[in-house]
Amino acid sequence: MFRYLVRRTLWAILLFIVITFVTFVIFFIGPNNPARAVCGGEQAKRECLVRATAKLGLDQPMPVQYWKFIKQLVIHQDLGESFATSQSVNERIKEAAPVTASLVFGGAILWMIIGLSVGIFSALKPRSLTDRFAMIFVLIGVSAHPVWIGLILEYVFGVRLGWTPIANYANFFGAPSDSGQPGGPWQWFYHLILPWCTFALLFAALYVRMIRANVMETLNEDFVRTARAKGAPERQVLTAHVLRNALLPVVTMLGMDIGISLGGAIFTEYVFQLPGLGQTAIIGINNQDLAIVQGVIVFATVAIIVFNLLVDLLYAWIDPRIRLT
Amino acid sequence: MALLDVKDLSTSFRTEDGIVKAVEGVTFSVEKGQTLGIVGESGSGKSVTCLTIMGLNAKRNTITSGEALWKGDDLVTMKPNDLRQVRGNDISMIFQDPMTSLNPVHTIGRQLTEAVLLHRDVTKKVARARAVELLGAVGIPRAQTRIDDYPHQFSGGMRQRVMIAMALINDPDLLIADEPTTALDVTTQAQILSLMKTLQEDFGSAIIMITHDLGVVAELADDVLVMYAANVVEQATVYDLFNQPQHPYTWGLMGSLPRLEADVERLTQIPGQPPSLLNPPRGCRFHPRCPYVMEVCKTTVPALKPTSRDPAHLEKCHLDEETKEREAAKLLAATMAEAG
Repeated sequence: MFRYLVRRTLWAILLFIVITFVTFVIFFIGPNNPARAVCGGEQAKRECLVRATAKLGLDQPMPVQYWKFIKQLVIHQDLGESFATSQSVNERIKEAAPVTASLVFGGAILWMIIGLSVGIFSALKPRSLTDRFAMIFVLIGVSAHPVWIGLILEYVFGVRLGWTPIANYANFFGAPSDSGQPGGPWQWFYHLILPWCTFALLFAALYVRMIRANVMETLNEDFVRTARAKGAPERQVLTAHVLRNALLPVVTMLGMDIGISLGGAIFTEYVFQLPGLGQTAIIGINNQDLAIVQGVIVFATVAIIVFNLLVDLLYAWIDPRIRLT
Repeated sequence: MALLDVKDLSTSFRTEDGIVKAVEGVTFSVEKGQTLGIVGESGSGKSVTCLTIMGLNAKRNTITSGEALWKGDDLVTMKPNDLRQVRGNDISMIFQDPMTSLNPVHTIGRQLTEAVLLHRDVTKKVARARAVELLGAVGIPRAQTRIDDYPHQFSGGMRQRVMIAMALINDPDLLIADEPTTALDVTTQAQILSLMKTLQEDFGSAIIMITHDLGVVAELADDVLVMYAANVVEQATVYDLFNQPQHPYTWGLMGSLPRLEADVERLTQIPGQPPSLLNPPRGCRFHPRCPYVMEVCKTTVPALKPTSRDPAHLEKCHLDEETKEREAAKLLAATMAEAG
């Protein structure tokens, strides 16, 4: 177990180095000049450019810049300052991460509720009317693009019916009193309803399909027949024997999907103008702001690595056949 | 009254290609403490017969007719809740593949006690003690500690022992064993069979032993059903079946038994394949593979009728008695000669 954790951590560090390095390389290969972004774009003055280049360390070779970045990150846990706004990247991520986390975890709860209820029901009554409707839902869910879904929901529920806000985020713990923005748990929930639905739809569809298939497959297992032969009632057969086995792979998928989504549910954030990590990354790319982009990538990488590790540990706990070595 | 009285039991499955008649008009009874062997090739309907008795076929696409009277109550028409009281309590079942028949995510202790708690109003502690006792009875060493192990920590033979323990834990009157040794290696097979024999003496359960192995039948059974393509083709006591086999299919099965003494290059085999149950041959089901086939066999289904010598010995063949006597005697003589 200990050896397993050590090995996993070493792999995580290697992965981390490779990903951040690749980001650096891509950024420097492209025709970027962050100094120009600092000095106000195309009409930047020459002396400003020179000053900015020196300040940002852009005159140094790329490996040196990378080394400085890593050193600062490891020693001070500091992701540096935004090229464009001089805001601390740590601060920026600290603001954006809760937005994305709210969206992703809320969405995950929603898609798991839909996936479990519809998926299990469909598996128990295959080819029934409900099952067929569920499969149509799945087809729509996997085919429709989140941006389109988001815009449609926004139009119907926000604009036409006026039931929900059409954009923006409300802080769960309340907005600063002087900002005049909405805040508090209810406003937080109210602002996230549509984003959650939009974000969860694709995953709900995928999970309905996966859970349905897994449950149907497990229902045909010999040990399920054994349980029935013992005289167990159907409910007990389902809960004690079918679901535990059928949901093992779902745990893996859930961990991976949440990890990946934490890197930014870009489309949903974009449509609903949620200031999360995805939107932060887009703004960073548009501003040629390496520090911000790198910050988001570092955070997303860590999130994915941590969630995959959690899933593997959880998996070993719920499936006795797996030993972590 | 017989323990289990099966009358004219038929089971069909609706499939996309049409209706498959998996069991047709099977009639037999099992007495208390007796062993019935059901022999036949794969797909002959022997497993389906037993799954039907247990009510374990998928309800959605199964059509069942006939009766299976358990101490006078019909299992076929019984309400699911009442049937559940019988399953695992009065009648229990062991399956073919012990590798997949136990739930991989629960300890065997949990799976054994589940069987007790479903039918007995006892505490978990009592159920656990009973489970340990049964594990000991089926020959699992250190049952006290092994009860907390998971199925993957047991070998195939040990898992089948666990399955047997689970089947016997509520002292059933009838144990249905569906090819319990097929998935095991030969030495383990012998151990499991002798274990079942001993346990039958201790527990007094009747057994229905489904097998394709006539050797197993000879070892364990009192009565035998020989099934071919969803039908019973011969039904007799084990003694009569081996001394006076009446059906060409039974002869074929006996001829294909390997014998140590016989100096032959190849085992004799029954030529051809078992027929498709979706579209079975007209007349006698066995006629396309039968070396004694006559014109009548191709058009008319023979009746399952008693032999003139013994009203309890049933066979389903058009051949005249003289030919049958002669062939049976020949087969017996050959066996004797080989046995020296």
